[in-house]
Amino acid sequence: MLTVRIIPCLDVRDGRVVKGVRFQGLRDAGDPATQAAAYEQQGADEIVVLDVSATPEGRATQADTVRRVRAQLSIPLTVGGGVRNAENAGTLLEAGADKVGVNTAAVEQPAVLTQIATRFGAQCTVLAIDAAYRDPHDPAAGWEVVVLSGKRRTGRDAVAWAREAVERGAGEILLTSWDRDGTRAGYDDALIAAIAGAVNVPVIASGGADTPAHLLSALRAGADAVLAASIFHYGDTTPAQLKRELAAQGIRVRQ
Amino acid sequence: MSLMALTAPLVVQVVRTGVANIASVLAGLRRLGAEPALTEDPQTVATATAVVLPGVGAFGAGMERLRASELVTVLRERVAAGRPTLAVCLGLQLLCERSEESPGVEGLGVLPAIVRRFPATVRVPQLGWNEVLPQAEGGLLERGFAYFANSYRLDSAPEGWGWARSEHGGPFVAALERGAVLACQFHPELSGPWGAALLGRWLARAGDAR
Repeated sequence: MLTVRIIPCLDVRDGRVVKGVRFQGLRDAGDPATQAAAYEQQGADEIVVLDVSATPEGRATQADTVRRVRAQLSIPLTVGGGVRNAENAGTLLEAGADKVGVNTAAVEQPAVLTQIATRFGAQCTVLAIDAAYRDPHDPAAGWEVVVLSGKRRTGRDAVAWAREAVERGAGEILLTSWDRDGTRAGYDDALIAAIAGAVNVPVIASGGADTPAHLLSALRAGADAVLAASIFHYGDTTPAQLKRELAAQGIRVRQ
Repeated sequence: MSLMALTAPLVVQVVRTGVANIASVLAGLRRLGAEPALTEDPQTVATATAVVLPGVGAFGAGMERLRASELVTVLRERVAAGRPTLAVCLGLQLLCERSEESPGVEGLGVLPAIVRRFPATVRVPQLGWNEVLPQAEGGLLERGFAYFANSYRLDSAPEGWGWARSEHGGPFVAALERGAVLACQFHPELSGPWGAALLGRWLARAGDAR
């Protein structure tokens, strides 16, 4: 039986690790390769490197960052941020990524998912969805997809988009709640349940993690993996510590 | 791996089956002190001390690539003769007769087996860490957690091979071994210290054959 995955996320800008609330007020804190290796030592099951560089110059360092992280890391590495097409994906895979996340480009041009999946396989092709409540006062109205780091709301239904993306070749969904990201108020379990119930590929829950109870409820809602950044980045806890707490609750983890 | 340091690094020829995941395989081998090289040359694959057949992606595309590089016969002969060979993920599947993934495409046929898709009762692709349970002791394979990234698998082991089992919608073949031939459905290069130790044992066995 598969175990659940605990995935620290490194937000990287211009080749350096940063983390901020909703990508604003970024703080510089460290070298991605050193950080990733430390997380592996601390029991991480996988690492996500998300490039939040705003400029092409910043993003040019992306492949080099991936190469340096790869040389140190003996667990899977997923890389996202600014991937526009299959050529970008190929560059990152060649540099040492095991999976590539696509977000805005897939919304603008869904065929890019099929192109990446056909060339490199569905198991390399991760669709990143940033989802926000259409109406925070009416959860029944569902979630819409937001793109460009939350700058644009698309009106597109997040659940329908997840289904379409899987049909087009996505092999995994990295699901971020835009309402919860950076808040430490817990994952959006209703969103996780809606997406995990709609598709047959694995779903990584992201946005809002603070306590072991948050992870537990996200996993019970249907997530196959849980991603977090701040709680690891500021040393509040480690993947190994969280796994011990989850195991005590009957969740299967790699220890 | 300290013994290896006393001799020249073992050159491991990694068959170029495509772009994806090659970097992880190369990095994993380098971390263990081996010297990986990429090749598509039939003569090199035929004579190399150690060969890795990696690969992710589709069965049909993988076989097409091997056929175009004229590697089909040399790989068949290597594995049949028991020369040190490591097949990873799609690499294991390519050793089989055929796969549901690409109907009508003939595999290397070294393993009398057919590759089938995971049932729809579980998440596909299988992405994550699963427990590997060797069905016998004393081989290269030991019990532990390995990282898998696959939609297809063997649901039973061919005769004459040692094997390890995992569960995802029922039992499936996590790995096969016979002498210095090791075929893993999981990615040892992505399976942390447990995977590195397995790679190290295979490299040591390949080194013995030099």
